[in-house]
Amino acid sequence: MGDWKTITVPVLSSDSKNILSYTSERRISPTSMNSQVLRLSLPSSKNMHSFFSAFCTEENIEQRISYIDRELTTLGFPSIYAESKGKELNVISIINCMNELLALQHKNLRAQEEVEMQHMKLGSDMDHLQNCYAKLKDQLELSKREIVGLQERDRQLQSKNRNLHQLLKNEKDEVQKLQNIISSRATQYNHDMKRKEREYNKLKERLHQLVMNKKDKKIAMEILNCVGRADGKRGAWRTDKTEARNEEEMYKVLLSDYEQRQKQLLLENAELKKVLQQMKKDIISLLPPQKQRPKEKSEDGLVLSDQEEDIGELNKENMWELSCETVREQLTNSIRKQWRMLKNHVEKLDNQVSRGHSGALNEKDVVSREDHELEIEKLQLEIQQCKEMIKTQQQLLQQQLTCDDDTTLLLQDCYLLEERERLQEEWRLFREQKKNFEKERKSFTEAAIRLGLERKAFEEDRGAWLKHQFLTMTADCKSENATTPSAFLRSKYFVQNMFLHSSEPDVRLVKSASRQRKPHSVLSPPVSAETCQYIAQNSVASEKPAADNMPNLWVESDDKEETE
Amino acid sequence: ASCVQHRLVVRDASSLQLLQLYTCLDQIQYIEWSSDSLFILCALYKRGIVQVWSLEQPAWHCRIDEGSAGLVASCWSPDGRHILNTTEFHLRITVWSLCTKSVSYIKYPKACQQGVVFTKDGRYMAVAERRDCKDFISIFVCSNWQLLRHFDTETQDLCGIEWAPNGCVLAAWDTCLEYKVLLYSLDGRLLSSFRAYEWPLGVKAIAWSPSSQFLAIGSFDEKVRILNHVTWKKITELDHPATIASKKTIVYKEVEKSPTVDTERLSFPPTRELGSSLFSTQSKYDISQVPVSLQYVKPVADRANPKVGVGMLAFSADNCFLATKNDNIPNAVWIWDMRKLKLSVVLEQLGTIQCFQWDPCQPRLAVCTGTSRVYLWSPAGCVVVQVPGEGDFQIVSLSWHSSGDSMVLLSKDNFCVCYLEREEV
Repeated sequence: MGDWKTITVPVLSSDSKNILSYTSERRISPTSMNSQVLRLSLPSSKNMHSFFSAFCTEENIEQRISYIDRELTTLGFPSIYAESKGKELNVISIINCMNELLALQHKNLRAQEEVEMQHMKLGSDMDHLQNCYAKLKDQLELSKREIVGLQERDRQLQSKNRNLHQLLKNEKDEVQKLQNIISSRATQYNHDMKRKEREYNKLKERLHQLVMNKKDKKIAMEILNCVGRADGKRGAWRTDKTEARNEEEMYKVLLSDYEQRQKQLLLENAELKKVLQQMKKDIISLLPPQKQRPKEKSEDGLVLSDQEEDIGELNKENMWELSCETVREQLTNSIRKQWRMLKNHVEKLDNQVSRGHSGALNEKDVVSREDHELEIEKLQLEIQQCKEMIKTQQQLLQQQLTCDDDTTLLLQDCYLLEERERLQEEWRLFREQKKNFEKERKSFTEAAIRLGLERKAFEEDRGAWLKHQFLTMTADCKSENATTPSAFLRSKYFVQNMFLHSSEPDVRLVKSASRQRKPHSVLSPPVSAETCQYIAQNSVASEKPAADNMPNLWVESDDKEETE
Repeated sequence: ASCVQHRLVVRDASSLQLLQLYTCLDQIQYIEWSSDSLFILCALYKRGIVQVWSLEQPAWHCRIDEGSAGLVASCWSPDGRHILNTTEFHLRITVWSLCTKSVSYIKYPKACQQGVVFTKDGRYMAVAERRDCKDFISIFVCSNWQLLRHFDTETQDLCGIEWAPNGCVLAAWDTCLEYKVLLYSLDGRLLSSFRAYEWPLGVKAIAWSPSSQFLAIGSFDEKVRILNHVTWKKITELDHPATIASKKTIVYKEVEKSPTVDTERLSFPPTRELGSSLFSTQSKYDISQVPVSLQYVKPVADRANPKVGVGMLAFSADNCFLATKNDNIPNAVWIWDMRKLKLSVVLEQLGTIQCFQWDPCQPRLAVCTGTSRVYLWSPAGCVVVQVPGEGDFQIVSLSWHSSGDSMVLLSKDNFCVCYLEREEV
């Protein structure tokens, strides 16, 4: 037992120390839970020690062990006693229990850590939220104050507005009042004036009476002798007839005036109608023809028929005489229609042009326009040149025509002389050129001969080299039987190549080569002999187009192969 | 013909040679030629006498005495054989006939600016009358003085009447307190009535165009309204602002040229001619650049007949131009092109315009401003003509000769005749 004690106590103490160290590392957070936990886990080391030593002493060890056992069993751990009864302790179970306890402790510690972390996070979140809340509250207050201010201003402006309206109304009322005053005063003045005028008239009447009554001889006309009337006629009495005649004359004057005006208006009308007709024709001619506009075909057709109708009608009945409403309306309506069509047409053209300018075909249009302008310039130049030519020709023609016979003969002689001299010069040139050509031909023939000789030499060299090659090849071939067909083939290909590369293969040569079916061993020398022959013939052979012979070659070679 | 005090002097128009000399009883106030140029009437308003002289027979004489009726105005009838005398207080118009020595009376004539008008062909005469506080117009046939038509007008106070040159339409306009122009046909029917606005002062002057196509109405609001003869509706309003901004208007401004004195030619004592030429200022026309602001006279507000509005209107003889004068821009003559109905020229003078008149044959305007210079304008340009002579000759009015070759320039005491040379073609 004593041993157990010693074992258990240090372990416990170490545990407690560990616990202490764990807890001392953690930061202290101000929540109650934490403090409780800490309080639970943070007694001072000394106290812990004393606590542990106080818990179990030598006297109450049995009790303590049973207490611990009870606690452990209640927590779900197996009993630390070896058997249900007895005082022997199961060390293994104890250790296991301890281990479990330690593990539990660790878990708890970790959980506590986590909880504390979360706690801290929540705390900081809370801080943040509280700050935000405070800011928002401030903002809200500010905006509330602003609203109040704006409302105040609004109220002030509205009251001002009302005041102004009131003023305006007042002014209007004043104006109305003044107008009323004016009109009333005007009526008053009129009335007064009428009264005064009546008085005045009365005075006049009185005066008139007085004047008339005076029978003044002074009111008289003294005239030496009567003057004749201006127009020489005698004076006439005033009778009803004269009155009637006066009326007649007056009406005549009025009527003549009206007639004159009507004539003028008729003339004007006629002219305007003419102008309208012309305008209509012009508009119709301006509009595009039917072919280009299939859509408007029907419209054009209608229009044309309309126009024809109009013309027909107007021609049938002389338009000068016709001035009835229907004809007038027809004319104006048709003109309006035409005008509308023309407007649409012009608008469409405008749209096209604007689209063309802004669209992707920009360059094309620009270029085409430039080309167009260039062409125009060219054409203008041409026209100028032609005109000048025509002018000179005309001049010459005139000269010819207007010249005298003598001069013409002389001129003709001159022309003949000129021509002869020109011909002579040309002859000279021609002879010179001929000489040059002769010289050149000679040189060319010499060069050709030289070339031929050189070629001959070259071919001889080549033949020798090939021969050498063949000999070496055949020497190799004899050693290997298996490779003779390949060697033969090789040699065949060699020959073919030779033919291909040469510029003047001979068909006959090839054919002869195919016909000669000699054993392979003998083939090579004849082949070489053939090549020699071939080479010899080459020098004198005529040129033949290589292209023609190529297919023949291949065909022959195929035959050769087949036969083999 | 000219009258000096109580003498009537008749001169030849082209040479100003004295032809006749007549003596009247008293100072002559008014003279008028008869339409056939055979007689001249001299009206002596103070004495109430009209004396008629004959040119063919200098010994022939005629005297018409109105006696106590008095004489206010006198004029010839278009046939040259009747004289119409308007008695004092406009009691009546007496028609005296020189052929028959007979007398006719026209009662209740109206005392207005232009109460008696004759048609251009002299056939009809229109008289404005007023009876029982209402205006009437009577149309008489001039050949036998028979009353043709008598109708009332809707005017408050008829101010004037005017025949159209074609003799078929009579324009009547109301007092300036009321803007109203009425158009009557020859037979008395009301053709149309025109009213531009209601309360401000109304018509100041009226002019018919020579072809009777247009009627120009100048009013106190500084505008001229033109009516056409077909519908009698306003075609256009011509405004007379103090600032001219349009680029198409030519403004001719009269500018004083300081005279150059040749110091070598100065002689002592200075001759009269030299003296006059030293002190008389030359002037010429300059073309001012648009915009131009003209001299504007603000009218006195509380006086009657204010100097505002278009007071003078005249159409040119070929119906192409209209010359107007706006009374509160008194130094300028506005010339409007009738074909475009636009302002074409403004002549700005140094003095107030007194009178202008168109040449009866060509579109030529003569203007006088009370200085000794007469200003001529034509579409080709304008020119200042100095009246040569000693002393100051202040032209107050002018009058063209009917042929358009010469014109008479009148000052207070003198007159002179200005001859215009015709261009050699």
